[in-house]
Amino acid sequence: MRQLMTGNEAMAEGAIRAGCRAYFGYPITPQNEILEYMAAHLPQAGGAFVQAESEVAAINMCYGASAAGVRTMTSSSSPGISLKLEGISYLAGADLPCVIVNVMRGGPGLGNIAPAQGDYFQATKGGGHGDYRLIVLAPSTVQESAELVGLAFDLSDRYRVPAMILADGMLGQMMEPVALPPHRDPATLPPKPWALTGAKGREPNYIASFALDPKDLRELNLRRHERYREIADREVRWEEVETGDAEVLLVAYGTMGRIAKTVVRRARGEGLRVGLLRPITLWPFPYEPIRALAERVRAVLTVELSAGQMWEDVRLAVEGRCPTPFYGEMGGVVPTPDEVLQEVKRLA
Amino acid sequence: MPETETMTKVFARPRSLTEKRFTYCPGCHHGLITRILGSTIDKLGIQERTVVVAPVGCAVFAYEWFRCDGIQAAHGRAAAVATGLKRANPELVVLSYQGDGDLAAIGTAETVHAANRGEAITVIFVNNQIYGMTGGQMAPTTLDGQPTTSSPQGRDPATMGHPLRVAEMIAALEAPMYVTRQSLYDAKHITQATKAVEKALRYQVERRGYSLVEIVANCPTGWKMPPVKANEHIAATVTGVFPLGDLVDRG
Repeated sequence: MRQLMTGNEAMAEGAIRAGCRAYFGYPITPQNEILEYMAAHLPQAGGAFVQAESEVAAINMCYGASAAGVRTMTSSSSPGISLKLEGISYLAGADLPCVIVNVMRGGPGLGNIAPAQGDYFQATKGGGHGDYRLIVLAPSTVQESAELVGLAFDLSDRYRVPAMILADGMLGQMMEPVALPPHRDPATLPPKPWALTGAKGREPNYIASFALDPKDLRELNLRRHERYREIADREVRWEEVETGDAEVLLVAYGTMGRIAKTVVRRARGEGLRVGLLRPITLWPFPYEPIRALAERVRAVLTVELSAGQMWEDVRLAVEGRCPTPFYGEMGGVVPTPDEVLQEVKRLA
Repeated sequence: MPETETMTKVFARPRSLTEKRFTYCPGCHHGLITRILGSTIDKLGIQERTVVVAPVGCAVFAYEWFRCDGIQAAHGRAAAVATGLKRANPELVVLSYQGDGDLAAIGTAETVHAANRGEAITVIFVNNQIYGMTGGQMAPTTLDGQPTTSSPQGRDPATMGHPLRVAEMIAALEAPMYVTRQSLYDAKHITQATKAVEKALRYQVERRGYSLVEIVANCPTGWKMPPVKANEHIAATVTGVFPLGDLVDRG
């Protein structure tokens, strides 16, 4: 049975169904519905909900709950994610799983509350201090929002790497029918022998991102980067639309990826051979599939709600095999399919 | 009969402490506080369910000194980390160990709100009126006129404010079960502080709620005083600014 939900609600319900039993958040538009949904539903599922005093406190509560071995999540929007970066760096440095939802809004600074994709660099290139990565998943529908939250929990637990859902204000607020994923009992999830459950019948477990000796810290970083390589090898996800005979390839994610699908349909209606590659994982980024397509298209057009952030990764993938133009809007302005189509026509 | 057979061991390292060597300076009260905590954890029989949250500061390694599960928190965030641990698993006994820079400057918001929510955690607040690990800078608890490396002419209240009285701040809230200020400058006060630590942990075990034990401590290195003189300074001057005793006991 499908239910009508907003993207924000779908992410919250998807998290509960994935076994999330601790949520910590702070109000900020356009993601308040996640906090409110968790307040209403998580305690009934036997989970802990705390409205924290700040985003800083919320992410550190996640750090504690994750250390206790529980699936934990926080959510926020761009300015709030900036505040969480310290805590995210500590989660990464302590190898703690956690799911962080960023329902992006216009920036920088206070910006506005309209949809934007200006936090791509922050999400995929580290954001906080130190050499770390986040697994970054970008849904483009309400259905996918519910599903990717579950995947984020699984990947985050498996690799002990924090995972981010990079959504935007459009996706968070829109309503669509959703077939919700099944409920998973936290007791059936893989055990976490590293968790702080009390040193009963075993030596104490310690969780820290701290190693004073440079050789020790280097070793910790090297081991973590081995896991990052494993993730890059195994976990790249993307969707292709009409790429088989495409002469112009669009690359777009999230809300913009969804608009780009309409662009492809309209372009095909006019006889233009246009295709789309929509990254689902922004890190690891689908470099190889874009590279392969760049061998046979005339141009790769990146379309983003930013000044061109993912564009840099697209150009790294294409490596000069064909022209790589860019089309973007900022400040919460969302281009119409026809506006993007005009750009495509200049290339086709 | 060999003499050894008549000897009885009357003093030993608490079982809840590891063999790892402390990184504290000679004469510093941190080592004593760690020992008090270890022996109290032993006495209450809670070693197998205690999690120690270590701060950033001189006690940054605290998580390794206890034979308990441990976690290192970001600077000032220990009360939020402790909240997450306790909410995720209420069976744990969660001990947050923090200094004055950590708890009363950068972590003020987390400190106040964890207390105000009545989180069922125990906070040990080591108030030595200085930033020890970074080399002796002014803390929120530094006394009026006290010279530090970042207040070389002495703390000037006109521009730097007065020392922050954390126990009084927390005592103004309705949720905390037990708020006390203790010291360690002589044997009598060590005994009193030990009792206070035991009460604070016992209240958590009995699921009563939040406790804060502020301990007015020394920092011989940062204060540039020999330990004995540092202890005399606490008795003569510091306790005048930070009066000792229980402020709240709702147990």
